[in-house]
Amino acid sequence: MEKFTTLTGVAAPLPLINVDTDMIIPKQFLKTIKRTGLGKNLFDEMRYDRDGNEIADFVLNQPAYRNAQILIAGDNFGCGSSREHAPWALLDFGIRCIIAPSFADIFYNNCFKNGILPIVLPQEEVDILMEDAKKGANARITVDLESQTITTSDGQEIHFDIDPFKKHCLLNGLDDIGLTLEHVDKIDAYEARLRAERPWA
Amino acid sequence: MTAPKTLYDKIWDAHLVHEAEDGTCIIYIDRHLVHEVTSPQAFEGLRLSGRTVRCPEKTVAVPDHNVPTDPDRLNGIRDEQSRIQVEELRRNAREFGIELYDVDDIRQGIVHIVGPEQGWTLPGMTIVCGDSHTATHGAFGALAHGIGTSEVEHVLATQTLIQKKSKNMLVRVDGELAPGVTAKDITLSIIGKTGTAGGTGHVIEYAGSAIESLSMEGRMTVCNMAIEGGARAGLIAPDEKTFEYIKGRPHAPKGEDWEKALAYWRTLKSDPGAHYDKVVEIDAADIAPVVTWGTSPEDVLPITATVPHPEDFEGPKREAVRRALDYMGLTPGMKLTDIEIDTVFIGSCTNGRIEDLREVAKIMEGRKVKEGIRAMIVPGSGLVRAQAEAEGIAQKLIEAGFEWRMAGCSMCLGMNPDQLKPGERCASTSNRNFEGRQGYKGRTHLLSPAMAAAAAVTGRLTDVRDLL
Repeated sequence: MEKFTTLTGVAAPLPLINVDTDMIIPKQFLKTIKRTGLGKNLFDEMRYDRDGNEIADFVLNQPAYRNAQILIAGDNFGCGSSREHAPWALLDFGIRCIIAPSFADIFYNNCFKNGILPIVLPQEEVDILMEDAKKGANARITVDLESQTITTSDGQEIHFDIDPFKKHCLLNGLDDIGLTLEHVDKIDAYEARLRAERPWA
Repeated sequence: MTAPKTLYDKIWDAHLVHEAEDGTCIIYIDRHLVHEVTSPQAFEGLRLSGRTVRCPEKTVAVPDHNVPTDPDRLNGIRDEQSRIQVEELRRNAREFGIELYDVDDIRQGIVHIVGPEQGWTLPGMTIVCGDSHTATHGAFGALAHGIGTSEVEHVLATQTLIQKKSKNMLVRVDGELAPGVTAKDITLSIIGKTGTAGGTGHVIEYAGSAIESLSMEGRMTVCNMAIEGGARAGLIAPDEKTFEYIKGRPHAPKGEDWEKALAYWRTLKSDPGAHYDKVVEIDAADIAPVVTWGTSPEDVLPITATVPHPEDFEGPKREAVRRALDYMGLTPGMKLTDIEIDTVFIGSCTNGRIEDLREVAKIMEGRKVKEGIRAMIVPGSGLVRAQAEAEGIAQKLIEAGFEWRMAGCSMCLGMNPDQLKPGERCASTSNRNFEGRQGYKGRTHLLSPAMAAAAAVTGRLTDVRDLL
């Protein structure tokens, strides 16, 4: 997994609530057996018409946001299906950070496994960033994970909270499985206990 | 004396392998269900890192999401990508020693219907699957939730997950349900009240006399949609009904183990005075047969209502409603019962069990599917299908005008050929009404099997109570 330290880039405004994972990556693209290559189909049904032509007014089709690396969105982003194809598609497009008032649990978790930083902020602060993002390509936002700050294009600083363990893994690009296997003796001990106490399990 | 615990607290504590100082925990996973869509990258990850499956005997695989439901599927899956995914699952199951219910196995079906049916799902367990509707298994008093593919790989390799504990939420539904009101109406009404983010960060325990009086099938329907309410998991304390359902199933404990398990399962209930961070109380008598009108499962109204106005809502929801009504092709103020449909879909992990099909058969008694309506029934598993055939339900439904399909997820998410065409409107017993969910520009109204049957008869959304 790629580390996340600091990121300065264009933020795309997507002022919708309940953006679900079906919207982020529709089901027909889940038939892949790879993690890569999904970026071109990110938000497919909002981004293209039936003939595959771009829908000009969708935010990621506008010239200012074609290379956006940050997404500013509404409440409950990533609700619905557990498909990790959603963060894979975002990452493959180039999005490394999503800022919203709230996220659905599974999507939120999935982001961290892929080097994407989801940031939860109060609505008022999301509103400030949404307005900043609407300024277009010249308004570049900086996200610094170490100091847990976001700096708007006009220099305003916003602090964000994040779970220390998740921050540590993201900053260092750590593999969860490797970390868990450091505790393999504890898993062995648990299984021995389980066999004695709940043999049917 | 220890503090009173909720059912969730008890299951959590019983699965704690390790807790770090910051509260990050390693939690043991008892059962891992695997399907073809969210697992190939996980198995590939194991191969690339030279790891193996730690407990293949606690893992079970079944293709369900993109298998066709046409009987012709036994001659091979035509869609190449779908075929490759199913073949991958087969290869991975064989290579890593995992039990597989393949496409031609009568036990094949939707993973969340197969798990309980085969006795893999037991009270007090932790159960995960790369699918958000894993919450279904909570009906047995198991802590069950969906995970992403990276976590699928993590569970395959370590039989554990890294987690922090969620908060406790109690949803109490007391009283008696009126005729025509079912488990689906309960679960949709709860989401209508709490919203799709109402349960975020929580595990919901459903309790109260209306929940206790539900069959195991009904309880699965309720827990299934906990995710639509934002909660990762929904739970119902196990009782004699639960034990009766489990007894004798292929993977249920037997003999001495059964007695030991039973004694343990009987301890799996919240202690009096246990603390919940959030409590919602609903009177069962206030629940009517409901339908969704929008593109979020929280857009729920009684069938007797009218389509709302965007102005009825505040903040960002107002714009969302405007967008939803435009997508759904509905005018504010129109009666829900005036909405005409093209398609009826009965199936999914929410409502693809035998009791659901019996409900449909009851409403269809002496009636036919309206001319011009495409109505399909997709049983949740091969065994549900066989049972419905044995009970004579299947024949009656076929004669009434329904298509009788093979088991799978089908039109719930339209990954297989069962999809809506642009503009088509479906009365669906599934769980999500998102834009494009059942097919590009397709329009979905979520409802109960009984309500879906009523819609099949009249060709529009209908109050099932008029047909009772």
